[in-house]
Amino acid sequence: MMATIRRLFVPLTVMVLLFAFPLATTGFYLEFTSKVMILAIFALSLELLVGATGLVSLGHAAFYGIAAYATVLLSPKFGAASVFWLLPAAVTCSALYALLVGALSLRTRGVYFIMVTLAFAQMAYYVFHDTKLGGGTDGIYLNFKPEVILFGTKLLDPGKPVALYYVVLVSLVLVFLFLAVLLKSRFGRVLAGIKSNEQRMRAAGFATFPYKLAAFTLAGALAGLAGFLVAVKDGFVNPEMLSWHESGAVLLMLILGGMGRLSGAVLGAFAFALLQLFFQWEVVFGNFAKHWPLMLGGTIILCVAFMPNGLIGLPAQWRARRARKTTEEARA
Amino acid sequence: MDLPTFLVQCLNALQYGLLLFLVASGLTLIFGIMGVINLAHGSFYMIGAYLAFSLAPVFGGNFAATLVAGLVLAVIFGYALEWLFVSYLYERDHLQQVLMTYGLILVFEELRSILVDNDVHGVPVPKWLDGSVQLGDLMQYPVYRLAVSAVCLAVAAALYVVIARTRLGMMIRAGSSNREMVQSLGINIKFLYRVVFAAGVALAVLAGMIAAPVSSVYPGMGAQVLIVCFVVVVIGGIGSVRGAFLAALLVGIVDTFGKVLFPQAAGIAIYLLMAAILLWKPEGLFRQG
Amino acid sequence: MPDTGAPLLRAHGVTRRFGGLAAVSEVSLDLAEGAIHAVIGTNGAGKSTLINVLAGEIAITGGSVELLGIDVTHWPQPKRAQAGLGRSYQRTTIFPRFSVFENCRLAAQATHQVPWNWWTAAADCPKSTALAREALDRTGLAGLADRTAGLLSHGEKRQLEIAMCVATRPRVLLLDEPLAGMGAEEAQRMVELLNRIKPTHAILLVEHDMDAVFRVSDRITVMVNGAVIASDVPAAVRADAEVQLAYLGEVHV
Repeated sequence: MMATIRRLFVPLTVMVLLFAFPLATTGFYLEFTSKVMILAIFALSLELLVGATGLVSLGHAAFYGIAAYATVLLSPKFGAASVFWLLPAAVTCSALYALLVGALSLRTRGVYFIMVTLAFAQMAYYVFHDTKLGGGTDGIYLNFKPEVILFGTKLLDPGKPVALYYVVLVSLVLVFLFLAVLLKSRFGRVLAGIKSNEQRMRAAGFATFPYKLAAFTLAGALAGLAGFLVAVKDGFVNPEMLSWHESGAVLLMLILGGMGRLSGAVLGAFAFALLQLFFQWEVVFGNFAKHWPLMLGGTIILCVAFMPNGLIGLPAQWRARRARKTTEEARA
Repeated sequence: MDLPTFLVQCLNALQYGLLLFLVASGLTLIFGIMGVINLAHGSFYMIGAYLAFSLAPVFGGNFAATLVAGLVLAVIFGYALEWLFVSYLYERDHLQQVLMTYGLILVFEELRSILVDNDVHGVPVPKWLDGSVQLGDLMQYPVYRLAVSAVCLAVAAALYVVIARTRLGMMIRAGSSNREMVQSLGINIKFLYRVVFAAGVALAVLAGMIAAPVSSVYPGMGAQVLIVCFVVVVIGGIGSVRGAFLAALLVGIVDTFGKVLFPQAAGIAIYLLMAAILLWKPEGLFRQG
Repeated sequence: MPDTGAPLLRAHGVTRRFGGLAAVSEVSLDLAEGAIHAVIGTNGAGKSTLINVLAGEIAITGGSVELLGIDVTHWPQPKRAQAGLGRSYQRTTIFPRFSVFENCRLAAQATHQVPWNWWTAAADCPKSTALAREALDRTGLAGLADRTAGLLSHGEKRQLEIAMCVATRPRVLLLDEPLAGMGAEEAQRMVELLNRIKPTHAILLVEHDMDAVFRVSDRITVMVNGAVIASDVPAAVRADAEVQLAYLGEVHV
């Protein structure tokens, strides 16, 4: 009982803080936190693939971007769409592409898989970048944000930042809980088994391909949810949302926060966004701030080298190091 | 399409494919022998191009001197990079390698931004290669492009000789199929790795330098070539230089003719090719072992 | 020789080529319920390849494999496992981060897959937990159920390997060097385990430990360079001149 309370203490506190946040702030901070929570959903979707199943995808941004574009492209030009069909439609677009890419990519392993997922994401990027479909490099605007209309009454106006904030927060909580339950289920355990030792799973009688494909498609769908939310929030989409920088960034969030834990993904999203903001802070870095990718790149290298279990794994890392030191001292 | 146009496109495809081979061969060798997936490999290509641009005024436009200087710098740079950075990647899993080399890309891009700039540049074709060859009645083909293909073919031939006929090549082939065995044979593995890495860097830098007059010098060129090289390596099989050669030519043909025949689908032709091959032969066309 | 049942697995002329080399050449054998059929041979004789082909891990080049009367020659491994074929590996193939119990439970889960049920915790699955408990009891690992598998001793890990194998209640077992790397006491325990599970399974045993092989097998097939040179009861195999020739200087004491 106590152990459960201790484990839940941090996530619950964070949740309470997040729920109370809009009461204390407005404007930039509110918008920033909304964005970060959307990135957290994006990161959670990748955690299902990388952390839970061991499939390192370098093309996850494609599913994020496709849903975002679908949101804008499927919205009628002269009125608001109902979120009740727009959201499923956008997510389905991402899920379908994930199904297709997964069916082909999962025929490969290891490094090949990494390269192939990147290539398929690049293919989607080029479709939006080079063709008129996506308005080219300039991107396209969402004319009317979708509305939540139930039985004829407008429940929420996503145009209002506070309303959107809560929509995103609730989505994040729901996705987190869903994944937490899913990973403990039989399906989730099979994924864990595949990550640990796929050969043994096959020898026991699990056809591993359908499971991996299901995980890949689900991860794509959840990334699509994040894409939908960001399109509604910003009212604007552009091809860079599918770029490999975006795919690299979300992978980075996972390793920054710590893989193998759902809270690691959320923590990583916050850490990444804050780092990026920090490196662009002219007050600290002056003129050098415009070269923030340099510092980000250096930080990535240092993080991976010295913090392989991410921020979440730091307490355990410190404890292990202290334990080793005391045994060394005891021996001396 | 009439014959001269077809011929021109064939030569373009050949030139593009051969340049791709130069870059991809380094990538596949480094992975095949050292087991390191290096996302920053495309950056070397970009560095080569920007080197050609920056060094040109130093040598008063003497392209040959620029090339030599660039290659020397590339080898030194590659050697140092392996020693200081890449050697720490060998024991790490693919995900960590991917992320650390991704960080490296960001560092390289910004360094270029600081040391040179973020602009698009042209590099003039060296005067003694600045001419055209007549093809048919109406078509002309730049001599320089033929020279690029020739240089790539020469390098490919040299690679073949080294890999197939020398002791170093034997170690490379052995290391490619069984890394642990090579290590246990007591071959100075550290030196071998450093040499292979430096060679891989030099190949990519060379490709970037000779490509500069043709494809111009722009910030995104590293990323672009990297992803295409991934397609080449997937099709050709990791660790197989022969596979990389054939796959690079195939990709060159599909990309060039794809752009000519279906300009709307321009960028995606090679990915469709990759998808088709994955459907048919997931292990790659020429995978060894 | 004990009373054995009908053959549960029949291999006819099984052949596996790699390029020009025949790693396994025209191997035929039957596995009967309640019996242990050992396959022995020098290194490189093709024993592991044979197991891999019978298990469905690598494709067969020629011949056929029949499991419980069904032709499974071209079936992929998971399908054969579902049909009642289990295998253990020479190199311990367990889930090191999971508990011993979870190792067996997850393996047992294969017989009762309900992937669409995403809300029920796997630990609450009655079928797989019962099968896991049963497997651990049979292999004598019940006391170690909560230990992390990666922390077990080598012998215990090999036992777990077998436990995971039997957790799915297969009819046929392909065991690849279960005694690998074991000391005398551990090997003794493993032999007792094999005798315990023998009555309800048809077992193929690839082993190097000759002592154990001759003690526990009902039938022995000897392979050299991919082909069978003898296949008979242990006493006959021991007396076979060709076998003695092949093994001169290679017999384990």
